[in-house]
Amino acid sequence: MTKKKITGSQAVILSLLEEGVDTIFGYPGGAIMPIYDALYDHDKNVKHILTRHEQGAVHAAEGYARVTGKAGVCFATSGPGATNLITGIADAMIDSTPLVCITGQVASPLLGTDAFQESDVLGISMPITKWSYQITSPEEIPEAIAQAFYIAQTGRPGPVLLDITKDAQFGELDFEYKKCRKIRSYVPEPPIDPFKVKEAADIIDAAKKPLILFGQGVILSRAEEALKAFVEKTGIPAAWTLLGLSALPTDHPLNVGMLGMHGNYGPNLLTNQADVIIAVGMRFDDRVTGKAGTYATNAKVIHLEIDPSEINKIIKADVAVLGNANKTLKMLTDNVKPNQHEEWVEEFRECYRIEDEKIIHNEVFPEKPGLTMGEVIRIAGDKTNHESILVTDVGQHQMVASRYFKFRHPRSNVTSGGLGTMGFGLPASMGAQLGAPDRTVIAVIGDGGFQMTIQELGTIVQNKLPVKIIILNNNFLGMVRQWQQLFFEKRYSFTELQNPDFIAIGKGFGIAGHKVEAREDLESGIQRMIDHQGPYLLEVVIEKEDNVFPMIPTGASVSDIMLEP
Amino acid sequence: MKREYIISVYSENHIGLLTRITIVFTRRKVNIESLTVSESAIHGVYKFTIVIKSTEEQVIKIVGQIEKIIDVLKAFYHTNEEMIYQEIALYKVPTEALYESDTIEKVVRDSGARILEITREYTVIEKTGHKQETQALFEELNKAKVMQFIRSGRVALTRDPIERLSEFLKERDALLESLD
Repeated sequence: MTKKKITGSQAVILSLLEEGVDTIFGYPGGAIMPIYDALYDHDKNVKHILTRHEQGAVHAAEGYARVTGKAGVCFATSGPGATNLITGIADAMIDSTPLVCITGQVASPLLGTDAFQESDVLGISMPITKWSYQITSPEEIPEAIAQAFYIAQTGRPGPVLLDITKDAQFGELDFEYKKCRKIRSYVPEPPIDPFKVKEAADIIDAAKKPLILFGQGVILSRAEEALKAFVEKTGIPAAWTLLGLSALPTDHPLNVGMLGMHGNYGPNLLTNQADVIIAVGMRFDDRVTGKAGTYATNAKVIHLEIDPSEINKIIKADVAVLGNANKTLKMLTDNVKPNQHEEWVEEFRECYRIEDEKIIHNEVFPEKPGLTMGEVIRIAGDKTNHESILVTDVGQHQMVASRYFKFRHPRSNVTSGGLGTMGFGLPASMGAQLGAPDRTVIAVIGDGGFQMTIQELGTIVQNKLPVKIIILNNNFLGMVRQWQQLFFEKRYSFTELQNPDFIAIGKGFGIAGHKVEAREDLESGIQRMIDHQGPYLLEVVIEKEDNVFPMIPTGASVSDIMLEP
Repeated sequence: MKREYIISVYSENHIGLLTRITIVFTRRKVNIESLTVSESAIHGVYKFTIVIKSTEEQVIKIVGQIEKIIDVLKAFYHTNEEMIYQEIALYKVPTEALYESDTIEKVVRDSGARILEITREYTVIEKTGHKQETQALFEELNKAKVMQFIRSGRVALTRDPIERLSEFLKERDALLESLD
């Protein structure tokens, strides 16, 4: 590519195009105006989505990244624009979501002077970014952007932030773009030790009650097929973390369900009976392990992981196989003997029968008067043939949706896991829809979280995003209320909501919708939503004081999982 | 069991990296006892020497988190016994005190300290050693009143015959080549 003299702002846009960026989420303001001006000339090459709040932009970028596997890109101005990104960046950091966030900054001579809309965004974002860099001269732009994409998208992905001063945007440079291929101080994927693979394989071959736990690492490394092959060759039951959901089809005979606090009975209870745990691309979050000291007490732990700092962080690994899960899983599959564990798998089926009888059936096919979240999720899943993308917010509805929606395809579940960010769902669904325009996107959101980023209805309408929004309205901050009921003697401290007329609000934004209050209207209501061209808002009034079960109380062991209060 | 550990971090020379490194400690509520940063023998590679009190389990995790920082090349941890280390201390005492008795002179001689500067008002003494040694000299000199006192952070070398960093950089280059 020949060199040509352009402004820093033009270099930003051209660099993004070189990285194959097709969608940017953002919000303009003083310190990023030169970049927005450069963007004006490229509206044919790249789509910019003007959100209604920077938090909307960053969550949308996360949704986009989750369904595409590419870095989500967002723009914000300095000061409040940049600080409004922080929640989303923290969310992306803990959930390993690749993001490239570009913030404008006051001109470099004004740095540190408390200039208008100056904030130390680099300092603020340091604990929650994989990498960050402040650009103060135009010449730095192409290389910094190349590094940003390389770092965000390789290894264990994560958010990066580039803070570009206004004078660097205005200044000129000789533009030449080279993609980043390596950084001396950064090893994205640790080399695989074949001896460790062999050691792991020997343990797996000798195991009587092995259990696979898979996390988002499988999806991030595109190892879904490799996981399936490993599961099928070894005959080992496999359970998923919240973010591992959709990596293995729900109806796979060896998929034994969800781990953790509101996960399935079998995989939690039997974790403490397993003699070998094979953890793949997961980090033993406390919501998965419960009390770590009493977790998997009878098991040798094999940990397949790309990030060396995750090894022994929570649960000690007997064998750590470092590397990209797609590669390590394939190597492991080659090294293990074909096997079956029928009796052991039968124990999971028995646990499922108990759970089904005590909880699941009543939740998804209730006979009591009030509507349940479970029946809504079941019908929404069935009516979309389990092929749509599910985006959830955080709370009871998130747990119920993850438990009952059922998936056939990977990259179909978008949720805020590690950070538990209420307000994530609606904006993330916009990004998911833009990242997967041909798929149906269903956003399931509680009445609390919906009101945290409700303004993004405007973005949905302006950009004609056909997102199907289901508000599960119990007029409560349901998960907090559930905890208050169980652990705080029903002292419902500030969890009841006086909600607006959501359908009228949707209408105000230009979104069609209706409210379902009775069971006999539910199926037809969901059908109407799915059949509708364009965005749709379905409000379902849910029984006010329903709880999500099973449940592992905080600090309890996985084997103390409760089927009822 | 908590004990003193020396963490050595080799990094690129990038603005803000010190903050990224200290965040690892702050987040875990680990106090940094001493910190020294300067360019290493390899041009462009900077070395942080950080002293903390910690359990071995925690120091391993801290080093893992530091290594995860993109601009960090490598981090090691050692016990005091595994390293040769020194701190430097400067003491300012009134020059008068040297005239009045030979105590200070004797203390300086015995402790292997040296005098850097003498003016009418004050004399500056320098001593390198471990903290307890520089502290012992402080106690002695303070009998004649120390006007000012400062002690540096720790610098430390391993007892390994080879420089681990240059080996490491060679391995790293080979590794990154192999990934291409």
